[in-house]
Amino acid sequence: METYSFLRELADSWGLLAMFVLFLGVVAWVFRPGSRKMQDDAARSIFRNDSRPAEAAKPQAKEA
Amino acid sequence: MWDYLKLIALGAVAVLAAIAMTQARDLAYMVNAIEIVLVCAIAFLVVLRGLGRPKLANQGEYRDGLIRIGVFLTAMWAIVGFLVGVIVASQLAWPWLNFEFLQGFGNFGRLRPLHTSAVIFAFGGTALITTSFYVVQRTSAVRLWGGGLASFVFWGWQTVILLAATSYVLGGSQSKEYAEPNWHIDILITLVWVAYLAVFAGTIMKRKEPHIYVANWFYLSFIITIAMLHLVNNMAIPVSWFGSQSVQVTSGVQDAMIQWWYGHNAVGFFLTAGFLGMMYYFVPKQAERPVFSYKLSIVHFWALIFLYIWAGPHHLHYTALPDWAGTLGMVFSIILWMPSWGGMINGLMTLSGAWDKLRTDPVIRMMVVSIGFYGMSTFEGPMMSIKAVNSLSHYTDWTIGHVHSGALGWNGMITFGALYFLTPRLWNRAGLYSLKLVSWHFWLATIGIVLYASAMWVTGIMEGLMWREVDANGFLVNAFADTVAAKYPMYVVRALGGILYLTGGLIMAYNLWMTVKAQPAKAAANAHAAIPAE
Repeated sequence: METYSFLRELADSWGLLAMFVLFLGVVAWVFRPGSRKMQDDAARSIFRNDSRPAEAAKPQAKEA
Repeated sequence: MWDYLKLIALGAVAVLAAIAMTQARDLAYMVNAIEIVLVCAIAFLVVLRGLGRPKLANQGEYRDGLIRIGVFLTAMWAIVGFLVGVIVASQLAWPWLNFEFLQGFGNFGRLRPLHTSAVIFAFGGTALITTSFYVVQRTSAVRLWGGGLASFVFWGWQTVILLAATSYVLGGSQSKEYAEPNWHIDILITLVWVAYLAVFAGTIMKRKEPHIYVANWFYLSFIITIAMLHLVNNMAIPVSWFGSQSVQVTSGVQDAMIQWWYGHNAVGFFLTAGFLGMMYYFVPKQAERPVFSYKLSIVHFWALIFLYIWAGPHHLHYTALPDWAGTLGMVFSIILWMPSWGGMINGLMTLSGAWDKLRTDPVIRMMVVSIGFYGMSTFEGPMMSIKAVNSLSHYTDWTIGHVHSGALGWNGMITFGALYFLTPRLWNRAGLYSLKLVSWHFWLATIGIVLYASAMWVTGIMEGLMWREVDANGFLVNAFADTVAAKYPMYVVRALGGILYLTGGLIMAYNLWMTVKAQPAKAAANAHAAIPAE
């Protein structure tokens, strides 16, 4: 079989299946039990460290 | 030691460019070579002046210097890009504006790629680099990684813009839409882009936050995919080392398919994924609420990534492209509607419980309209990719209307929102100079887009129907020139819409300038003063 036909058949059979299963896996991972706490934390992370990097915010960080 | 290597490299590039300049076979190439010599000379002086001075990078501060320049340049490129847009729109309405003395420099054919690249790669690209540097530092809680490499990315990209713009008006083009730059500019783009990936990924890798915030996922996918698209679509062999001309490695329908695989994913990853990164950071920040559903944002990301890459063939319906490939592109384009609207809902619903801000905050209004236009154009796009619809819409102004409702509505408005957000923060100002002017900008831009899009719907569908109209004997009723004559009023309306949008951009530039110049300074934020916790 020539390369073109082989790749084309691979793409619309096993390739398609593999990608679809991978995507379903991602969705299942998103909805796994116990993920909410981590996700809520990530969603709120934009409200932290607004004006300076994390280490500088710590009180023991010495500034010149 | 490192600085000496830089000086040697810059000197070597300058000498090579000077040799190329003397040997140049065409004007575009020669001017590009002169520009490279000048840019290298400036960079050489900058490195030379810094020689021997201790390099202090305060890890306790974010690197905002480049971002401030980026905000300025984004606003500047916006004005330039919109202005050239208004000029080309006027040239279409009134062809005498293609002045005889400007033939070969300022006629429509030379200015059109200047407009598209100025808005996409100069305005959009600078906005993406600037905001991504801002967002990745804040969400990773570390200073930007890479030191001088970040400066190379930033100024390298501005050099790309300079080289491409001068090359276009002098006739340098490899005739690929949105990938016009010639092979020597493509090499610089590749270098800049690899450095961009390194700076962005390097910052993420040293992050202090446990999670990589979703905006960074979008930015990262945009950087990686553009690198891949750029390399594959620009596989070309130069005719000479001293000329602009090159020959594409692929030809015929393969070349066409690669071009539109590139072209549509430039839309999908440059103008969508990258700007979604902006949306997922700036909308929650401006609304002061976390994103509506973080779960939805992850599903949105992966669905978009898995689907967009297949949508390109819908640009080649009814051509030499195999039928199955066109159908594949059409089907994936239609499925793509779902993640797009998932993202739209996620952005809009972030305001749930804070809808009153729409009344009081014109910046939020701008962002909401931007997400609305994202939803509208991601519905229109899948619809136009259906073969039956495409047989009417393809090659007509409807396509141009669709692109502009996405570009002006979605990309433009979300970037304006980000600029209005960033300027007071980056310069430590208490607030914007004038919210009233933001409202003026908002309404001028929105009315401009509505005029533009509706004019293009009318003229697009009209010319599509006129092209296919046949009489009882099966003869075509209209000549091509008949459709051109019939489009005149809509072209005037389109130019008017562009003028309104440009006026809004000028008002924004004035407002941002006055915010920096005339607003009283807040207590310094990104300095050593104590800041109360949230």
